[in-house]
Amino acid sequence: MSGGLEGPDPEERPTPEGRRNSQGIRIDPEVEAEPESRRAVLSALVEHVPGVLANVSGLFRRRQFNIESLTVGPTTDPDRARITLEIEEPEPGIEQAKKQLQKLVPVIAVTELESNAIRRELALIKVDGAAPDQVGAVAEMYDGKTVDVSQESVTVEITGSEQKIDAAVETFGRFGIHEIVRTGTAALERGTRKTT
Amino acid sequence: MSEHTTQPPETEAEESTDAAAESDATSEPTHVTSGATSTVRALENAGIDVMFGVQGGAIMPVYDALWDSEIRHVMMAHEQGAAHAADAFNVVSGQPGVCLATSGPGATNLVTGIADANMDSDAVVALTGQVPQHMVGSDAFQETDTTGITAPITKNNYFASDPDTVGDTVGEAVALASAGRPGPTLVDLPKDVTNGPTDREPGMPQTPATYTPQDEAEDEAVAEAARAIEAAEKPLLLFGGGVVKADAADVARQFAIDYDIPVVTTMPGIGTMPEDHDLCLSWAGMHGTGYANMAINHTDLLIAVGTRFDDRLTGGIETFAPSAEVIHVDIDPAEISKNIHADYPLIGDAGRVLDQLDDALAAAPDADEWREQCQTWKDEYPMDYAAPDDEPLKPQFVVEALDEATSDEAIVTSGVGQHQMWASQYWTFRDPRKWISSHGLGTMGYGLPAAIGARLAADGDEEVVCIDGDGSFLMTVEELSVAVRENLDITVAILNNEYIGMVRQWQDAFFEGRHMAAGYSWIPEFDKLAEAFGARGWRVDDYDEVADAIEEALAYDGPSVIDFHIDPAENVYPMVPSGGANDKFALSEEQL
Repeated sequence: MSGGLEGPDPEERPTPEGRRNSQGIRIDPEVEAEPESRRAVLSALVEHVPGVLANVSGLFRRRQFNIESLTVGPTTDPDRARITLEIEEPEPGIEQAKKQLQKLVPVIAVTELESNAIRRELALIKVDGAAPDQVGAVAEMYDGKTVDVSQESVTVEITGSEQKIDAAVETFGRFGIHEIVRTGTAALERGTRKTT
Repeated sequence: MSEHTTQPPETEAEESTDAAAESDATSEPTHVTSGATSTVRALENAGIDVMFGVQGGAIMPVYDALWDSEIRHVMMAHEQGAAHAADAFNVVSGQPGVCLATSGPGATNLVTGIADANMDSDAVVALTGQVPQHMVGSDAFQETDTTGITAPITKNNYFASDPDTVGDTVGEAVALASAGRPGPTLVDLPKDVTNGPTDREPGMPQTPATYTPQDEAEDEAVAEAARAIEAAEKPLLLFGGGVVKADAADVARQFAIDYDIPVVTTMPGIGTMPEDHDLCLSWAGMHGTGYANMAINHTDLLIAVGTRFDDRLTGGIETFAPSAEVIHVDIDPAEISKNIHADYPLIGDAGRVLDQLDDALAAAPDADEWREQCQTWKDEYPMDYAAPDDEPLKPQFVVEALDEATSDEAIVTSGVGQHQMWASQYWTFRDPRKWISSHGLGTMGYGLPAAIGARLAADGDEEVVCIDGDGSFLMTVEELSVAVRENLDITVAILNNEYIGMVRQWQDAFFEGRHMAAGYSWIPEFDKLAEAFGARGWRVDDYDEVADAIEEALAYDGPSVIDFHIDPAENVYPMVPSGGANDKFALSEEQL
């Protein structure tokens, strides 16, 4: 095929020094390149309008942010809701997620919660009903309670950190878990510090 | 220009003088009586005087309200054309472009144009009809989830639910589209809302309370960036489309001249710096000039203004400007360090932040050697092409002939593909808002409807030239009927190689020349097609016919089409292969 221009070949041209990593950060070639992922809890105060949850979840899907959990609920202001998101991303991705979230027009404010923020999840765990007393004892061990008992099953309610729920689920596993539902993380800053 | 197509003929209006006196829109505005009239009033309040659209069932109340309005409505052939026309109207005029469509297919046909506007940050407002609210969710005739479909490709969208507030919502959509970083907005208008009664006058358009773009960068950050500029040995300015959006081209070029810093632009930033200025290295990226790409990869300080570091600009991230610190000026915080890490992030309006930098700078950088180096690259990698008499017509020659024959004020639109690259490489742009193209989305078929929008936005004297490809032209050729009906003075120059040329070029380079679905074994005779539409048409095969055809087409006061049959083997160079290093651009196929 024809076409083409005059000039030195690519290999005859000087090559600039340096390099960037895949996040576009200029890196010292001797230093480790790729940042590691970390878990972040984002709290977004949003206008309580139709479509806002779809918009937020759609944003995370289309920009391929790795979402671990998402909860949404009303606040004391009927016009506002709070969305709590847990994401797992390298540092630039977390920053980008915050900024993209903030950019949505119905989003009023976004903050990343401190690592010591109060984080709670609720789980309902329905296990086999053959040994209700033992189930109750285990529930007590996790500060949970039995909320429903039938011939075939016992359902317990546990609240706590994600790790605590994970541990409880593992422990209840020996009774035989029929069904389970988890809410995802809700979180607030400690003390007088405002979440958003 | 033709008459307002939605106005009643004079004779009808004279029949009942009583009614005419009351409903004469020119002397006294009609009262708001419905959601639809409120919608139109909101557009009038926002200063909208042109819109582009296609009628249909669910949007009919709004069209009916337009009957009494001074707003000029251009009836397009296809909703995609309406969105592109509105987009180009915005880019040329700086005013929001408004398009109108019915529900269902009308709305989905807008989607490509809305996505295009979203990628290029163009202020486009789409108004779509919707089935009545009591039928929403029932899979009613021509129902589609328009706000759901367009959420990812709009800055924000709205589902209007109340005749009393629909006008304010439309006003907000118009205001938001232009504010901060511009972008498309959409209001979905259920028929019961537009038909519903209200006498509530909408207020003046206002942006939502949650939208608060930052105009000025922090002084401390500006001062740090200024110190970096003063110390730079190889500074380079990169002007993107944001400089155009912010109407900051004058400030930007003065900044470059005052501090004697070479400039490259992105493709949407073309014209922010006059391309024939000594400091201008033209545009960088995949098919940018060799000298722009050498400069961008050898600079030690890249001062990027209003750009989102698209992959067509950067090539491979790892090798992009690898030894440069980056100053990034942008009004959208989310663009900072999205693709390229900003060492000096400056959030704010392009013009304002450049003024801040100007105030903070004590001296120009000492960059004599660097400027010489840039000049050397200009000499080493000239954009000179060969055009031997015994070979078919070269597209570059056609572009240069068009540039030569038109004034400095001429506006150029294009489709997407090889012709787009030749147009942007070989036309010498001296001002912003003159190069109107589909950059981010790469929408073939953009050129002709864009020329219609550009013509409506232009003051009148400047030529509007659509440099199109044969493939692109075929995608939206129906809009030629609009140009004829509205007698719009546009000149379409088709660089016809009977191929989807850019695909054919990639097949040659990367797919062993297997031309799968790239060539047209038969293609319409575009000059005759133009005549069938009612436009003027020419066919040009030889060099000696080029100038005359261009002269005749430009002289014709109406739409004209010149079908230039160009060398089908010609390829676009320089070329940075996808993901490659900008400074390793290929100058010919052997180097790929």
